[in-house]
Amino acid sequence: MKEFKGKVLFLDRSDINTDEIIPAKYLTEIEKIAMGPHLLEDLKMDGFDPKTDIQGKSVVLTQGNFGCGSSREHAPWALEVNGIHVVIAPSFARIFRQNMYNCGMLAIELPQKTVDDLFKEFAGNDTVIAVDVKAGQITVQAGAKTKDIGFEISGFDKELVQTGGWVEYADQNY
Amino acid sequence: MGKTIAEKIFEAHLVDEPFGDVSVLRLDRVFCHEITTPTAIQDLVARGKDRVFDPDKIKAVIDHVTPAKDSKTAMQGKILRDWANRHGIRDFFDIGQNGVCHAIFPEKGFVRPGFTIIMGDSHTCTHGAFGAFAAGVGTTDLEVGILKGVCTFKTPQTYKIDIVGTLKPGVYAKDIILKVIQELTVNGATNMVIEFAGNVVDQMNMDQRMTLANMAVEAGATSGICLPDMTTVNYLWEFIKDEYASKEAALKAFSKFSSDPDAVYAKTKTIDVSDLCPLSTFGYKPDNVKPVSEMAGTKVDQVYIGSCTNGRLEDLRIAAQILKGNKISSHVRGIVSPATPEIYSKALDEGIIKIFMDAGFCVTNPTCGACLGMSNGVLAEGEVAAATTNRNFNGRMGKGGMVHLMSPATAAATAIKGEIANSNLYLN
Ligand code: SF4
Repeated sequence: MKEFKGKVLFLDRSDINTDEIIPAKYLTEIEKIAMGPHLLEDLKMDGFDPKTDIQGKSVVLTQGNFGCGSSREHAPWALEVNGIHVVIAPSFARIFRQNMYNCGMLAIELPQKTVDDLFKEFAGNDTVIAVDVKAGQITVQAGAKTKDIGFEISGFDKELVQTGGWVEYADQNY
Repeated sequence: MGKTIAEKIFEAHLVDEPFGDVSVLRLDRVFCHEITTPTAIQDLVARGKDRVFDPDKIKAVIDHVTPAKDSKTAMQGKILRDWANRHGIRDFFDIGQNGVCHAIFPEKGFVRPGFTIIMGDSHTCTHGAFGAFAAGVGTTDLEVGILKGVCTFKTPQTYKIDIVGTLKPGVYAKDIILKVIQELTVNGATNMVIEFAGNVVDQMNMDQRMTLANMAVEAGATSGICLPDMTTVNYLWEFIKDEYASKEAALKAFSKFSSDPDAVYAKTKTIDVSDLCPLSTFGYKPDNVKPVSEMAGTKVDQVYIGSCTNGRLEDLRIAAQILKGNKISSHVRGIVSPATPEIYSKALDEGIIKIFMDAGFCVTNPTCGACLGMSNGVLAEGEVAAATTNRNFNGRMGKGGMVHLMSPATAAATAIKGEIANSNLYLN
């Protein structure tokens, strides 16, 4: 199982698409690691600079419909090779969400209000999120302040995260 | 209680329901192209699982960048080509025979009502025009599809959209789907199948239905789907005539996959298109849609006619009708890419290619080309394109470029005027 803990990258915008996560021109790369330096490089958002803001982050907190657009699994890979294994949002585009779990990573949906509150209370501060998959709990912490939030993922998604992905599971079971 | 077509297809293909919350489906087709498949192939090789579940059910094409533009894209093509050869995948379309995946696979007769289809490409929903459940997937799902012939999906919820009324001249399937996306927004159908129904869809030919289904994913949908009817049978007849005694018999067999009158839908909507006018997108999201009349005067640097949305013969015919006897604006670069060699060849026979060339268009070989900014017409920073494609994301056709999505008719008129224009200007 991958590690689901670390500093939070706050991206307060909805509909962040796969071209913004990893532009099409890098789809000619065959190695995942080549995506590394290009994560979110086309994302235009006030106060966000991909050159300085991604480094050292392990969790993305963002708004609805994250990962819309193309089917490219290069989007989760670009996150993965940067050490980001968790994205938390009110909703995800279907293919992106499935790709995350298929790679053994987490795309966690929380209610809109919960996400808005997290932005209000924590954005701008050095924040760490730890996800306990078994217990279904997220712990958010900044300085002395902590907050625990429960979440649900399906049994199948949990299995994928625990076994490390869909290829092995499918080859054994079908 | 009745069932939707999607529910019936799921039932007929169900292999397993692990944990009760997802359905593992048996696949009838796995389609492949050279951008997303090589990573899947290489991962399978690395895992010691370089196998395919059934070479006859896998179809592959090099379409996104063809001819290869550099060493990297040449390698992607090579990995796909070598893999197809080594596994006896006979339906592999390489240079000279290749075209845009979602145009060439239906044209070759690979899609049937009731089929389950995946591909590592988000516009796989196009094939739903034939009454199939067709969905775009990522590399890992594709990999498992290739290896085991299965894929998981959540039980589908269906959003039924009735499109009714009578279209005005100059208004096309592309305008309808832009209207649908505007109303639903970019995530209005996430995790749902859109079922397109109503008298307007009934009257559409397969090219038009494919344009409609193609952009279902722009509203977040897993698949777009049209119910099979005699139009579907007529299109497929040359491929199925040995399997059925008559077209009626084929229709009867296909009708097993149709929605019951008392089917239960998650959502429904009726859109009357009688007053619909030509539309264009204006921003970086496909639901940023306005009437062309409100966009008039927007200067463009490039016009692109092609892609899996609108690169079919009918699209070229419509554009040619407007271009005939006209020249495109001196500051516009016009590019047309017929979606398949067969379309190209028919367009040549019909004199359409000549019309495009006389008007000042560059005619490229069949390819995705400029659609995703990987080759053949990438925009420079700050440039504006009018395109018959399906995505207007920031940077889609080149970093810092703006893309306005529209019908082939509007695109042709825009090329002549040099700014976004209504096709009725040039139609008499
Ligand atoms: S034409 Fe464009 S949208 Fe269609 S498959 Fe090719 S790149 Fe994708």
